[in-house]
Amino acid sequence: MINDKNSKKIVDIIQDFSRRHSLFVLAYGTGCGAIEIPPTMTSRYDAERFGIRGMATPRQADLLLITGYLASKTLKRVIRAYEQMQDPKYVIGFGSCTINGGMYWDSYNTIKILSDYIPVDVYINGCMPRPEAVITGFIELQNLIKEGKANGAQKYKENLEWYRENQKKVIKDWKMPDYNW
Amino acid sequence: MNIWITILGFLATVFLAFVVGVFYGGFVRKITARVQNRVGPPVYQNFLDIVKLYSKKTAINHGWMQHLGPAFAITASVTSLMFIPILNGTGWFPWFENLNFKGDLIFLLYMMVFGSLGMALGAGQTGNPNSAIGVSRGLSQMVGYEIPWVLALVALMLQTKTTSLTGLLDYQVSNGTWMMFESPFAFVAAVLAMLGMFHYAPFDVPFAPAELSSGPASEFGGKYLALMMSSGSIFSFVKLVLIVDVFMGGASNLIMLVVKTFALYMIPVLYGIVSPRYRTEQSIRYFWGWPTFIGILGVIYAVFVR
Repeated sequence: MINDKNSKKIVDIIQDFSRRHSLFVLAYGTGCGAIEIPPTMTSRYDAERFGIRGMATPRQADLLLITGYLASKTLKRVIRAYEQMQDPKYVIGFGSCTINGGMYWDSYNTIKILSDYIPVDVYINGCMPRPEAVITGFIELQNLIKEGKANGAQKYKENLEWYRENQKKVIKDWKMPDYNW
Repeated sequence: MNIWITILGFLATVFLAFVVGVFYGGFVRKITARVQNRVGPPVYQNFLDIVKLYSKKTAINHGWMQHLGPAFAITASVTSLMFIPILNGTGWFPWFENLNFKGDLIFLLYMMVFGSLGMALGAGQTGNPNSAIGVSRGLSQMVGYEIPWVLALVALMLQTKTTSLTGLLDYQVSNGTWMMFESPFAFVAAVLAMLGMFHYAPFDVPFAPAELSSGPASEFGGKYLALMMSSGSIFSFVKLVLIVDVFMGGASNLIMLVVKTFALYMIPVLYGIVSPRYRTEQSIRYFWGWPTFIGILGVIYAVFVR
């Protein structure tokens, strides 16, 4: 059982357990959804009891939380932040704007579908999603990590050309360095 | 004595310091959460964080010095740990004697700064402006709290006529007293300096997540951050045991050690939970004010009164 190649080794079990119970969040709060993050983190809903903790820089974070719409200008910064994060990394799209554009669906300078540009592991629907919904989204991500399905970063590596093509359609003046793994 | 058994004692000491330090970190998060009327993470949360950071698959570095910075930090923590008697008497582990020599208190004063300087070099290479500001703030603050800290230890050295940690412990054990009663001004100065050494609010000036995005650590991710967290846990244990050894008569068994260090740790933690953050110059002015004055009083007390 232990030596079986298909079964998980005990190291993997420990690593998976700690990965899903210790999520450092980088909240990218340009959209209006950022107003729902403080109640999620502070004493009313207290996401820290699930090991979810805010972090200040992309280098330290595991989870990028995109709260709301992204203008083509802010998308550039999101891509930089996402590529600076260290593997394994996850993305949560937060609110209707990241799913189909939401109330900005016919806007001239916002993107419609976030997963065309960076790989999204979990979407949280709503405008705005309440803190209960946000915590449900976090727990959904923890379940995905447990099942080994939260492999957005893997997908990004494999389909980098496709993602780059989509990103360059929106960002006309592409002056960013290449992705350093 | 067989060298391998001594090395086993070293490893056991580092393991003890790591486990106790990480659990203290978890307790601090739990206590902070309870004060803020939250449930808080489980006590073992810091273990999960460290294991997760060690099992990150990539870790970017910008050059050799950044690679060495966290290594310097953990080297300084472990080296300081080796010079501090965990329990009074021969040692806590059956075959372990630490590396004490005459004058090791002065050596420790230098060694405890080494980790911060190494981190400063490492953070300097990242090129992140937040790191540079954090480093300059941290070193400025260190200039602040080192003065009352050194004054307190100098008062003790003058009073007991010894510069060795085991000498201080023997003095306290043979006289049946604690230095915090023998030399109260020095103790107060050392505790006020300790508030700065632990970098909890209001003295978390170098890290300041809201304005500096965690300061020197801002470019360190993955395994580097894990190394820094382990080093910080060991180093907080080192500082606590040092102050317990110097001022509170050491401890005769591990339970007593945990009780004393935890009681001492609650001073900066509880003061920090209810405090906002100082600005840099306010922090330095604080340390150069009453703590330094009380430290000078301690030296005068040691020279003229005792």
